[in-house]
Amino acid sequence: MTAQLAAYSTSTGEAFQFWVLGTVAVIGALCTVFMRRAVHSALCLAATMIVLAVFYLANGAYFLGVVQIVVYTGAIMMLFLFVVMLVGVTAADSLKETIKGQRWLALLCGLGFGILLFAGIAHASLKDFHGIGRANANGNVEGLASLIFTRYVFAFELTGALLITATVGAMVLTHRQRTERARTQRELSEQRVREGTHVPPLPAPGVYARHNAVDIAGLLPDGTPSELTVSKTLRERGQIRDVSTEALNDLRALEQRAEERLERTEIEPATFKRSEEASK
Amino acid sequence: MENLIALLIAAPLLGAAVLLVGGRRLDAVGHWIGTLLAAVSFGIGLVLFADLLGRSADQRTLTQHLFSWIPVAGFQADVTFRLDQLSMTFVLLITGVGSLIHLYSVGYMEHDERRRRFFGYLNLFLAAMLLLVLADNYLLLYFGWEGVGLASYLLIGFWQHKPGAATAAKKAFLVNRVGDMGLAIAIMLMFATFGTFAFGPVFSHAGDTSEGRLTAIALMLLLAACGKSAQVPLQSWLGDAMEGPTPVSALIHAATMVTAGVYLIVRSAAVFNGAPSAQLVVTVVGAVTLLFGAIVGCAKDDIKKALAGSTMSQIGYMVLAAGLGPIGYVFAIMHLVTHGFFKAGLFLGAGSVMHGMNDEVDMRKYGGLRKYMPVTFITFGLGYLAIIGFPGLSGFFSKDKIIEAAFAKGGTEGWILGGAALLGAAITAFYMTRVMLLTFFGEERWRNRPTASPAEPDVEPAAEDRGTRAEPHPHESPRVMTIPMIVLAVGSVLGGAFFSIGDRFLHWLEPVTGHSEGNSPLSALTVTAATMVCLAIGVAIAWAQYGRKPVPVVAPRGSLLTRAARRDLLQDDFNHVVLVRGGEHLTRSLVYLDHTLIDGVVNGTAASVGGLSGRMRRLQNGFARSYAVSMFGGAALLVAATLLMRAV
Amino acid sequence: MNPVNYLYLAALLFTIGATGVLIRRNAIVIFMCIELMLNACNLALVAFSRMHGNLDGQIIAFFTMVVAAAEVVVGLAIIVSLFRSRHSASVDDASLMKL
Repeated sequence: MTAQLAAYSTSTGEAFQFWVLGTVAVIGALCTVFMRRAVHSALCLAATMIVLAVFYLANGAYFLGVVQIVVYTGAIMMLFLFVVMLVGVTAADSLKETIKGQRWLALLCGLGFGILLFAGIAHASLKDFHGIGRANANGNVEGLASLIFTRYVFAFELTGALLITATVGAMVLTHRQRTERARTQRELSEQRVREGTHVPPLPAPGVYARHNAVDIAGLLPDGTPSELTVSKTLRERGQIRDVSTEALNDLRALEQRAEERLERTEIEPATFKRSEEASK
Repeated sequence: MENLIALLIAAPLLGAAVLLVGGRRLDAVGHWIGTLLAAVSFGIGLVLFADLLGRSADQRTLTQHLFSWIPVAGFQADVTFRLDQLSMTFVLLITGVGSLIHLYSVGYMEHDERRRRFFGYLNLFLAAMLLLVLADNYLLLYFGWEGVGLASYLLIGFWQHKPGAATAAKKAFLVNRVGDMGLAIAIMLMFATFGTFAFGPVFSHAGDTSEGRLTAIALMLLLAACGKSAQVPLQSWLGDAMEGPTPVSALIHAATMVTAGVYLIVRSAAVFNGAPSAQLVVTVVGAVTLLFGAIVGCAKDDIKKALAGSTMSQIGYMVLAAGLGPIGYVFAIMHLVTHGFFKAGLFLGAGSVMHGMNDEVDMRKYGGLRKYMPVTFITFGLGYLAIIGFPGLSGFFSKDKIIEAAFAKGGTEGWILGGAALLGAAITAFYMTRVMLLTFFGEERWRNRPTASPAEPDVEPAAEDRGTRAEPHPHESPRVMTIPMIVLAVGSVLGGAFFSIGDRFLHWLEPVTGHSEGNSPLSALTVTAATMVCLAIGVAIAWAQYGRKPVPVVAPRGSLLTRAARRDLLQDDFNHVVLVRGGEHLTRSLVYLDHTLIDGVVNGTAASVGGLSGRMRRLQNGFARSYAVSMFGGAALLVAATLLMRAV
Repeated sequence: MNPVNYLYLAALLFTIGATGVLIRRNAIVIFMCIELMLNACNLALVAFSRMHGNLDGQIIAFFTMVVAAAEVVVGLAIIVSLFRSRHSASVDDASLMKL
């Protein structure tokens, strides 16, 4: 009985590690769900995965722990980041729910499911507990290898086929068939000249002295922003910054500060009235 | 000899097939083909009759197995014919009277474009009727029974261009269906009881079957007989059936087909003998019908309808006799045969009169015709004397025996039945005398009558439109029509005496039907005397009313009973109120039930499914995440169920 | 400490991932949540492997990883083509399959 109990429990060091890193993992998971930007979610997920890798190592799954870091955190998460870049790093999702009742239903289901899982785990009983030590006696990687290439060899071969299929499938899905020859620079410029529109290069984006201004539309003579000046990619992502009102807002903020300092009340209507009176 | 039996049926059947399939190219000779084949059948019947007479009494049953009709294990129906004394009597009556009426029709239907078809139908009727009386099992009898009904329908509606005829045909067919259902149920009951419906086994096993079962079968058979023989309560079709050509009325609705019910009862004597309560019902039906028909006959001005009432009444006598059991069977059949003669003769006479009077049927527009059509007068007169039971003529012998048998029933029933029969005899004498007087005696009311006759509410519309024709020129019918009448008149005069003297008919039929003498409270002589008195009273009243006083051309309003009798004692009104109205109410409530309850359930189900679908449709909002929630919830439920099962 | 705690952690992570799938609209984030669920399963499998004292659990976790890799490849390809056609990675935008 005592031997079994001893086998049941783990070292105090592992317990400490579990509680600290487990907290990190849960926080990482929650952040994955609740971060507004996909990049942040991805980074949080990567953190959770690294914690899980440590847990794998602690549980004697050395090979899996390494694979987790190399394949998951290293490769898969990077793939995610690439896609996030493609979609737009800065694009932040609104966390406002649009489907009626979806959030409450989801939370209810999640809560119920979690409770059920916990109940199931608590209810389950394991009669005899073996450590991983005996299985790892000849080395973890050797043990896995002997299993993969004997008992699980067919499944292993099948995963190879699955990976190839997935690769081909991904290429097929993302491949775009060109239905006509791409026009050369020369042809494009000739077309521009012929149509008489934008004969010179397109206008440059607006300049904003404080930082990179490639996402700020240049202003037309009447002060309205011209979308033509911004890159097509940004335009499609909706990532154009509109600064046409920024100057006015700044001015207004300046006036407000000035009036606060002069201890005047009724800020906005007063300005409005005063300008009106002045015009009279 | 047995092999000839099938030929009896085959001859008219061949005639029907040839005439109906042959088409117009047979128009010229069709009627002679039909008559010839009917006569051939009669000839074969005579040969067989002679053969039967040559045998001893217990050897007189011939059977001919033709083929196995429905050979199913446990359900054997064969086409087998049985010729015994009872069938033989019917065969001779059917083919004999049938042949005479065929001959008569040659003259009567001379100017009809569809005469060939008429003869085809007549032959078809003969074949079906012969099949009915020759069948050796009830299923085959049923086949003939239905065939007879079909032929009757075709012939009543022969002048289908007349709405009255078409309606009458439909009415006859429908009312007959009710009786046919009775026969069908009776056959089913027989099969359930005896495991067969062949005559032999059924009759031999009837003795050791429970009385209740026999009573059920007997009552169903009685229902069938009521339908075919126009007995109360299924009597309503017979009067209307007179819309058919007169030979049809004579052959089918007087002499042969309507007696099929009597045949059925007498043939099923073994069943009825085992069910005394059913027999009582039979006698009651017979007594009621004989009075009913007689009263209707008194009030009708249409000569054919008066005769139809008389037919109903006379068949009531036969049914009454058949219901009396072994003391009456023989007399029922004897009266049937003599009635076949004199009633056919009377109808042919009526047809002859109509022939000479431009198809006028209203007797009030006849009168004094004896000078113009002497042959018709004499033959009709002999028939008249026969039917009222004038001493020495055939009706006297047969009807008198029935009245005697009714009294011989014994007890109160005997007195009541005998009294009814006596009363019937008096009424018969009255209305037949009335017919006679109105038609052949008195003023010549068909002369100089006003062109626009005033409204006659109780006269049939068909008669009304005939009434506006030009003045008729009464004349004697051609010889082809008078010869059958003469032959039938001879039969009506001599038949009864021939059968009765020495009890010839009794000895002939006794082996089949059985016979027992009842113990009558009155002596035969007393009954005969009473009958004579009744006869005399009836004739006297008729003479007082129609012979001494001039007869008005327009029927007087009459008493309540007269008016009711003119309307067939309200039979159609009764049927209309009870059956038609009741049926309409039933169907209406069923339709209402169908619309509200059944359609309500169906439509409600559909509507609720539709409504539910409309609601459920909102779940299909197209958002993958909503679907994912459903999946996740379902997974949670599955986990919960799994845990629950583990816990239990 | 009882190693069963690893299972509780796995259950917790799985539930968080599942809820995330239901709550988020961005297809990429949803996909990440799915990965989180797969990882939670893997953790449970590794813990089982230790409890039972054999390596089969680890083998299955290994296969799960392979399948997850294949899934990521195809899934991201789908997201890319979806984004290309709709200029949006929101799964709610692809809600045309409704009445």
